[in-house]
Amino acid sequence: MLSKKNKEALFNPLSKDNPVLVQILGICSTLAVTVSLEPAIVMGIAVIAVLAFSNVIISLIRNTIPTTIRIIVQLVVVAALVIIVQQFLMAYNYDVSKQLSVFIGLIITNCILMGRLEAFALNNKPWPSFLDGIGNGLGYAIILVIVAFFRELLGSGTVFGFQVIPQWCYDHGYENNGLMILPPMALITVACIIWVHRARNTELQEN
Amino acid sequence: MKFLRKYMDRVKPQFMPGGRFEKLQSVYDGMETFLFTPNTTSHSGVHIHDGNDLKRTMITVVVALLPALLFAMYNIGYQHFLAIGHPEAAGTTMFVYGLLAMLPCIVVSYVVGLGIEFIGAQIHHKEIQEGFLVTGILIPLIVPINTPLWMVAVATAFAVIFAKEVFGGTGMNIFNVALITRAFLFFAYPSRMSGDAAFVKTDAIFGIGQGNVVDSFTGATPLGQIATHVGDTLQLNDVVGTPITTGDAFMGLIAGSPGETSMVAILIGAVILLVTGIASWRVMASVFVGGLAMASLAHAFPTPAYAASMLDPLAQLCYGGFAFAAVFMATDPVTGARTRIGQYIYGFLIGVFAILIRVYNGGYPEGAMLAVLLMNAFAPLIDHCVVSFNIKRRLNRITTK
Repeated sequence: MLSKKNKEALFNPLSKDNPVLVQILGICSTLAVTVSLEPAIVMGIAVIAVLAFSNVIISLIRNTIPTTIRIIVQLVVVAALVIIVQQFLMAYNYDVSKQLSVFIGLIITNCILMGRLEAFALNNKPWPSFLDGIGNGLGYAIILVIVAFFRELLGSGTVFGFQVIPQWCYDHGYENNGLMILPPMALITVACIIWVHRARNTELQEN
Repeated sequence: MKFLRKYMDRVKPQFMPGGRFEKLQSVYDGMETFLFTPNTTSHSGVHIHDGNDLKRTMITVVVALLPALLFAMYNIGYQHFLAIGHPEAAGTTMFVYGLLAMLPCIVVSYVVGLGIEFIGAQIHHKEIQEGFLVTGILIPLIVPINTPLWMVAVATAFAVIFAKEVFGGTGMNIFNVALITRAFLFFAYPSRMSGDAAFVKTDAIFGIGQGNVVDSFTGATPLGQIATHVGDTLQLNDVVGTPITTGDAFMGLIAGSPGETSMVAILIGAVILLVTGIASWRVMASVFVGGLAMASLAHAFPTPAYAASMLDPLAQLCYGGFAFAAVFMATDPVTGARTRIGQYIYGFLIGVFAILIRVYNGGYPEGAMLAVLLMNAFAPLIDHCVVSFNIKRRLNRITTK
């Protein structure tokens, strides 16, 4: 079940081969949905689900897809899954689905999905593909949560909507940083995470 | 001086490798070269250079900023005493008040900025560069006087780390560090950076300038008044509601960021920069030309919806931070264009964008900061185009013969 190769498929994307930090994929949605933690976590779960199941489906039919039209087939599968996720979200968590607006739909265009389908699912069996999807989705979700944590903490003074910076600070002149709410600061936050990550993993540094 | 030299020589071994403070070698180097000219010379090859090094360049800019700085201190006091209804107070009292108001900001900006530079130099075992000397004095001059000091500290730290150190330190930055500080404050704490409460200090400092503000006090800068203006005729007032003219704006006794108000003080600084050859006259002149051109164009179609278009073109240049940006920000040799033709284009577009943003974008009462930052990003592209155009032209010349 969890051979060495499968373990690599599951755990490598968490750090050494992280889709956001190392492959710099999916940056667009990372900037858009990380203003606060709740939508970031929902988005992370949505991507994990779509990625894992589209990987499995593509892997199951990988030998029957003509290579000339494989991108279209992949898109159809991903689009179907995204619509299911979207409907599910609208039914059970309408507020968050409003906050995420188009970005759930835009999972279709998330580079991580196409990247994993092309690079992994087309050449591997369903079970490793499933693990690869879970791993990459988790790797993406972790970064989303870290970025959203800092942006929500510094930008709104809250975590999960609860005020964590005491009122005492506001009374003495502290103010929330409005720039953290804006997308440029998300980019800089991601850059800082990459900075720390590369500093800790020296083999990833380019010369 | 001799005793200082002797002292530096005496403590030197402790900072050299193997000494007690070897980790602080770059701090020692920085202090030594700050106090004395280095006594080492180059040994090989031919070197042509005059005595103008980075330190002297920086000190010259600081000297050029002094008129604006001194006037800023006086004006902060003047605005304060005007607001509490005592414009007849002694000039020295006003100056002392302004000095005390600005000093904390200057200290914070230098301590935070130089602190980060020192730490960075220690980590990378590099020499300490003097780049922050000018930035440290620019920051208090362009930040509203009522900005809380911790915000200045956070913004300075952000700008030095993300606009300078990550690009490789002094001389490698893409954006003007002082303007990044201001832009950070502007977008992070907008309520502190614009509006009526930002630009005039109304409370007493150490008992100087005690009193309550008069009833007619608003605290709005001229450009702030324009941003909220309605109606067909435009009349700008000072902080207590008395009408002001362009002449007042030229002299500088109006509300605004400390350094930007006085055209006279800025022009003295401009003369110092141009006579010493530190700043490029091409950039400086073309910023004013660009601003004048755009202001004339806007003034040709005065629309009440965009109140700033009703301002006289020359008045446009006197109000707000336009002149300060033209003289001290656009001429930054590191972030600006370097080719001669490029400098004309770069300066002209800064002037155009500054007025364009000011007049037609209701969200930003002043556009000079954004214009300079925008053109900073485009400066390498302008240079690239000028250089490749030149190569093409000369290639044509030799191939057509």
